[in-house]
Amino acid sequence: MVKEATGKSFEIIDHTADVGIIAYGAEIKQVFVNAALALFSLITELEDVGEELKYDVEVASEDRESLLVEWLNELVYLFDAEHVLLQRFDIQELSNTRLKAACYGEKFDPSRHRIKTGVKAATYHMLRIDKDNKGYKAQVIFDI
Amino acid sequence: MAPWQGQLIKIDDYHWEIPQSYKAGMRVPGLIYASGEILNSIKAEQTPEQVANVAFLPGIIKFSMAMPDIHWGYGFPIGGVAAMDIKEGVISPGGVGYDINCGVRLLRTNLTEAEVRPKINQLINELFRNIPSGLGSEGKIRASHKEMRELMIEGAKWAVRHGFGSQDDLEVTEEGGCLEGANPDKISDKAMKRGKPQAGTLGSGNHFLEVQVVKEIFEPKIAKAMGIEETGQILVLIHTGSRGFGHQVCTDQLRIMEEAVSRYGIKLPDRQLACAPIESPEGKDYFAAMACAANYAWNNRQCIAHWTRESFSKVFGKSPEELGMRQVYDVAHNIAKMEEHTVDGKKVKVCVHRKGATRAFPAGHKDIPQQYKEIGQPVLIPGDMGRCSFVAVGTQRAMEESFGSTCHGAGRMLSRSAARRSLKGKDIVRELAERGILVKAGDIPSLAEEASQAYKDVTEVIEAVHQAGISRKVVMAVPLGIIKG
Repeated sequence: MVKEATGKSFEIIDHTADVGIIAYGAEIKQVFVNAALALFSLITELEDVGEELKYDVEVASEDRESLLVEWLNELVYLFDAEHVLLQRFDIQELSNTRLKAACYGEKFDPSRHRIKTGVKAATYHMLRIDKDNKGYKAQVIFDI
Repeated sequence: MAPWQGQLIKIDDYHWEIPQSYKAGMRVPGLIYASGEILNSIKAEQTPEQVANVAFLPGIIKFSMAMPDIHWGYGFPIGGVAAMDIKEGVISPGGVGYDINCGVRLLRTNLTEAEVRPKINQLINELFRNIPSGLGSEGKIRASHKEMRELMIEGAKWAVRHGFGSQDDLEVTEEGGCLEGANPDKISDKAMKRGKPQAGTLGSGNHFLEVQVVKEIFEPKIAKAMGIEETGQILVLIHTGSRGFGHQVCTDQLRIMEEAVSRYGIKLPDRQLACAPIESPEGKDYFAAMACAANYAWNNRQCIAHWTRESFSKVFGKSPEELGMRQVYDVAHNIAKMEEHTVDGKKVKVCVHRKGATRAFPAGHKDIPQQYKEIGQPVLIPGDMGRCSFVAVGTQRAMEESFGSTCHGAGRMLSRSAARRSLKGKDIVRELAERGILVKAGDIPSLAEEASQAYKDVTEVIEAVHQAGISRKVVMAVPLGIIKG
């Protein structure tokens, strides 16, 4: 798992019906990357995922929080519709309302990958992005 | 999580009110159906706060309600009921949830435990083989784009038209298995792409197919009207919803509503409560898209019921008719419906959101099938896989009090990850086997999330709604064999 030099990249938090994540990053870009890694770590074992395919993703939204939800939902869609597992994210452009990224991974292969949890969607519930002197921190609850 | 310490007024042993004065912005009080004991577990989390938050929504009538199986959700609690005035109210995708028309269908059989137990292994294997389940599972229905559009409009009728089941099944399905107002033009390409391969699949998570044995009959006359005549009789319960299709519809529509909220000047305590006036373009579009997903789910349960009959037929060497495999009923427990109710002596049209709640119409109601006119609408309440499930009926009191609604199941108590930390899937399979319950699952470790210990005891939940008078328990059944995705 990709860890930042400053500490942990993300953690999983409990929520009765669902599951949440907190993603950290010195820069906001890193938070978006770590949130994506947290999502796929819920779905599968990241270390089992190779890097054979590249998916270009572009999303837009009205503010930074909803952009994060939009980004994660795009990834949920890729997993559920294309059966693709992703493990590396290169965010090429990021503003408060737009994101452009190249995502790397491979197609789900039942002989090599275990699916731990099906994620239905990223929600707006308890959604927040905060900044303190250590950097950024984002919280997202998934419906699983 | 910190326990909830807000104000609650005891109305009687099973009715608890959150006064409207609890929080500025509440338009109506909250009402929680629970026994004292269940209430303590509800208060262990911030769930009552969510009940209070739903009371902020414009046009909400009477109460923001919560059933005893309520637990903390996102925005709306799971186990919540909210009815909105059609003219002044809002519709909220969060009040339905991601798994649109997640629901349950019950089949009865002429078979007995003595006949089925010796063949349970073979039967469960056959069901597991015949019914596509598990994450990312793809169905046997290869619907073209055009057929998918028809399926969204027709629901279970589409399946029947294609040879899966019969007209009799539709008669005993809520809404006849087809919610009017579906418009496939409101469905995104993404939803279409997620939905197409998953049509006719059971899915994963808490979804299941259970072969059950009737253990107790509380109301023999009512049970008989449903074709449930004696203890030891075999039933089949199917629990699934609209799969990735419904999830994507909810995601798409929430995003639209998110933007609409401020435009309509609606103030919300939680972004996940995003909503729009029922009669606004966004409100109408949501309903039209939600109806597509609701119909997709009914089609799903219709197909799975057909394959269930096929599997039984193969294992027991008799036709489904000879085996008496008639459908008892099919109910939705995540849905928004336009219904007529009487409020303060006046008939009003309302949009009832049921999120983790079941419709429970009384005897004589115009929307229930002829054969159940005298007993009331059957309500199907699945428990967790180690305990039991109930069949109940709707009551007049539900009609007067809870917009014809009751509970939907056991209600989660332990988070999925807490369950995984303390329990092991393979131990659960063994423990259940020792008690005569055979489980076959696509992913054994995930079973830990669905263990009995993770849920409230459904018996206490059903007792609370029975005592509160919003449904009457009729039959209790226990699992014999289970397939899970």
